[in-house]
Amino acid sequence: MTENETRVLVVDDEQSIRRFLHLTLSAQNYTVFQAATGREAVESAAQHKPDVIILDLGLPDMDGVEVTRLLRQWTQTPIIVLSVRGSETDKIAALDAGADDYLTKPFSTGELLARLRAAVRRATRAPEEPVFVSDGLEIDIARRTVQLNGNDVQLTPTEYNLLKLLVVNAGKVVTQRQLLREACGPGYEQDFHILHVNISNMRRKIEPDPTRPQFVITEPGVGYRLKLG
Amino acid sequence: MPANENKPERDEVLDRVKAGKEKPQRGKLKIFLGYCAGVGKTYAMLEAASEIKNDVDLVAGFVETHGRKETEALLEGLVIIPRRQVEYRGITIPEMDLDTILARHPVLALVDEMAHTNAAGSRHVKRFQDIQELLNAGIDVYTTLNVQHLESLRDLVAQITTVWMRETVPDSVIDEASEIELVDLPPDELLKRLKEGKVYLAEQAALATDQFFRKGNLLALRELAMRIAAERIDEQAREYKDTHAIREPWPIKERILVCVSPSSSGAHFVRAARRLASQLDAEWLALYVETPEISQLSPDQRQQLNDTMRLAVRLGAKTATIQGTSIARSVIEYARQNNWTKIVIGKPQKQNRWRLFGLSVANQIMRGADDIDVYVVSGTGESAERQFAPGLYVLGKWRGYLAGLVLVGVSTFLGHLLRNVFDPSNIIMIYLLSVVGVATFWGLGPSIMTALLSVVAFDFFLIPPTLTFAVRDTQYLFTFAGLLLVGGTLSYLSARVRRQAETAQQREHEMVTLYSTARTLALTGGMKQILDSITVNAKEIFEREAVIFLPGNKKNEPLVPASNNPKTQIDENDIAAATWSYEHKSPAGFSTDTLPNARARFVPMVTSAGTLGVLALWNKDKETPFTPEQERLLEAFPSLAAVAIERAKLTEESRNAQILQASEKLQTALLNSVSHDLRTPLVSVIGALSSLREKGANLKGPESEELVKMALEEAERLNHLIGNLLDVSRIEAGAVILAKQPVDIQDIVGVALAQLGKRAEGRKIDVFLPKNLHYVSADSGLIVQVLVNLLDNAVKYSPEGFPIEISARDIEPFVEIEVADFGTGIPKNDLERIFDKFYRVHHPDNVAGSGLGLSIARGIVEAHGGRITAANRSGGGTIIKFTLPMSRNPDRGDT
Repeated sequence: MTENETRVLVVDDEQSIRRFLHLTLSAQNYTVFQAATGREAVESAAQHKPDVIILDLGLPDMDGVEVTRLLRQWTQTPIIVLSVRGSETDKIAALDAGADDYLTKPFSTGELLARLRAAVRRATRAPEEPVFVSDGLEIDIARRTVQLNGNDVQLTPTEYNLLKLLVVNAGKVVTQRQLLREACGPGYEQDFHILHVNISNMRRKIEPDPTRPQFVITEPGVGYRLKLG
Repeated sequence: MPANENKPERDEVLDRVKAGKEKPQRGKLKIFLGYCAGVGKTYAMLEAASEIKNDVDLVAGFVETHGRKETEALLEGLVIIPRRQVEYRGITIPEMDLDTILARHPVLALVDEMAHTNAAGSRHVKRFQDIQELLNAGIDVYTTLNVQHLESLRDLVAQITTVWMRETVPDSVIDEASEIELVDLPPDELLKRLKEGKVYLAEQAALATDQFFRKGNLLALRELAMRIAAERIDEQAREYKDTHAIREPWPIKERILVCVSPSSSGAHFVRAARRLASQLDAEWLALYVETPEISQLSPDQRQQLNDTMRLAVRLGAKTATIQGTSIARSVIEYARQNNWTKIVIGKPQKQNRWRLFGLSVANQIMRGADDIDVYVVSGTGESAERQFAPGLYVLGKWRGYLAGLVLVGVSTFLGHLLRNVFDPSNIIMIYLLSVVGVATFWGLGPSIMTALLSVVAFDFFLIPPTLTFAVRDTQYLFTFAGLLLVGGTLSYLSARVRRQAETAQQREHEMVTLYSTARTLALTGGMKQILDSITVNAKEIFEREAVIFLPGNKKNEPLVPASNNPKTQIDENDIAAATWSYEHKSPAGFSTDTLPNARARFVPMVTSAGTLGVLALWNKDKETPFTPEQERLLEAFPSLAAVAIERAKLTEESRNAQILQASEKLQTALLNSVSHDLRTPLVSVIGALSSLREKGANLKGPESEELVKMALEEAERLNHLIGNLLDVSRIEAGAVILAKQPVDIQDIVGVALAQLGKRAEGRKIDVFLPKNLHYVSADSGLIVQVLVNLLDNAVKYSPEGFPIEISARDIEPFVEIEVADFGTGIPKNDLERIFDKFYRVHHPDNVAGSGLGLSIARGIVEAHGGRITAANRSGGGTIIKFTLPMSRNPDRGDT
């Protein structure tokens, strides 16, 4: 990780958390900037142009969701939000507002680093990387093919659309609403039933054991995530 | 009871402390008290026993079923101790086998017929002594007893029934009983059972049947039984109050009874009694004996009597009105029954003209009351005896006199028609008939006039020479005298019978009213319901709107109306009157001495503990006074109401105490659990981190690795616990907002298994889900948590190498999800409680946990409208099932 010059902006009002993140991330050769309030965060993001932003949802001066919305007006820098357990609604709101991922406090360093890497990789990746390969599952977006262990898998158009959206956002949580809008059209955003049925059917086709999914992971109450290999 | 009351306070407290210490060793006695054979005491005892026979080691020591089938049926399934056969003069008598019971040492023994006398040659003479021995051995005893077998009631019972009870038990057994259950059966039903041969008559009863089983006797005995039971309840209430440090006056040694008559001297006697009472520091009572002549009292005399009674109350006396034909006998009986030690009575000033040949009341009382002191007080010039002025008072009854006149006319006319057929001495019968008729319907005065008039008319119209008062044959003078005497006697007797019947009827009506009120109140629970019931009953009885005033919650706060009645606008004056009545413990308002112009009568509701409140009865209009019957009921009704209110209060207090205790217990459990469980992980974390920092400890690579791992694991455990605590408080506060969605159980199971992760490492978890399982409507995040908690427990409490099974099925309109393991299972008694907060089943391996997981699971499932239950599986292991409502979309839509 010596070549790592990724710049991270840490936004949290708790000094001890900022300090811990600073120590941990600096040790991994990240360049760390800090902000304690929403306003500082926006200013710092404009000034230092970080590659990724870690944003706590509970800030003293403004809501983390609001900060996300402000940032998204002018930058696509990946945002990972930090939240506490039990605030699923905030989480979804932040994701819908354009955040890329979330972490529930307390989290382990390993988990944080993995999310950071994924976020950075997504951001620096070529816009339409056509092929997703992981553990025998191969999805070729350009050719519209899905293969499991070399065998073709037949998906319905809705299932394919869902899978495609997950592949494009691989490693990132896609909310139920986003999935429904993309796969079924704008009128179906509340029709969670359809979503679950399609995901369930899709899993039966691509997962070796649908009761213990390996690829399409459920984030209960929030959405789904395609696990990166 | 009396024996205890006389002890100084300190001693009683000491006694109680001692009793408390000794109690655990001594058994408890429960008496099923009846008033007569056949009311169903044995049945009631067996019924009570069979209710607990599965939980308590109990034996039937001696139960006499007298071959009654229903009773015998209850004996089935009970351990029956065989009876001991005692040889006595060649006869074998079966008796209770005391030694076998003692050796068997059950928790509870059933022993019928406490008053039984054992066969000669038994260890104790009486069975109650056997019972004492059982109690001393620490065995609880259920027994049965008829009230007439109580020693102190023997005289009274003999008076009532003319049967002298041989088998008695000392009254102390009642005191000793920790519980008394009254077994009651209306006399009519008892008599019916008797006729049907359903009642077994013991010993001498066959001989006594006729005297004994009269309805009057049964009623009296029933009342006795009820009174004994009621006294016991008072006693318990008092004990409760004592142990709860509620102060009340200490019982007094001397008890003085003053007889009151409806004369102006009444007040004088009352004052004299009051002086005596204050000298002796005694409790005192003003007693009025209501004889059948009550209806002859003039309004003035009634007023006088009321005034006297009210004066007595003002001076601090209790008052009572009893009924009887003989004043002296009633007074003595009453004094004996109620333990009054002194009687105060007025000295007769002049002989009562109705009692020319008898003794005055005072003399009769002095003769009859051998063991009670009698104080005779001089009157104030007027007659101390009750005065009757029939002639003057009855003048108002014009109709009776008119009827007498008409009847004499008719008799004379008939006599005139029949004068040639019958002797004049037979014609006299027609006149006698008239006299009896008038006496029966119109009372004494008119009938005496009728008798006199009859003589005159008989002489004038029918005795030759007719149409003159002259009498030719002097023997007719004797006939006149006879007619007059017989007529007069008949008048007196039939008038008396009539009055007695009237009074009895009235009394009966009052008793029925009070009884039904008492019954209603006894069956009512809860303060509000009792207050409502009192108001409704009062309204019915007194034909007035009723309002109850109760003291406010804070001290010195004015009384507040407890029941809202839209028909009565309560103003300051009403509250002031109510407060006066409350503070002075005496009635006020309408037609009393205090605030007579008030719109209502205010009557305090008093018990031995003090005044509980005031009952206010609103006037319909100024002209309608209370009837004499209502006035009498006004004395008894408020006490009934007061007792009911007190009972409700005590119940409430004890319930509050229980709730408080329970919540304190919970608090302690919470503190213990939280402080322990929070600190334990921190000990490891701080310990591990500080070791790592102290480089001097010379930690090697693997060791420091181990310490870091431990600190991390413990920190995670702490995080888990805090999460659980937060969830519990959120669920309890109702702060959980369910984000309900259609949820696929399969999806949820997958997430739960993933979250369980390392904790379930190496464990085989089988998932059995039907392909077409309905979706549930639920908050998926929370349901994942339920599953994780259940799986966590299954992993913790079942041995490695055994699989854990997750299955689910549709049970319209729910989906049932089940987590089963092959562990040790849960003790039967804990099955319900494991869902309680901080409740943990004692487990030999001392598995770590906070006792919150299942409580959270229950909170979440119930918030969804589902149910969670635990059961043991037949092959060993635990099954936890929970249900969740199906999602509205009916099918999975597999397309």
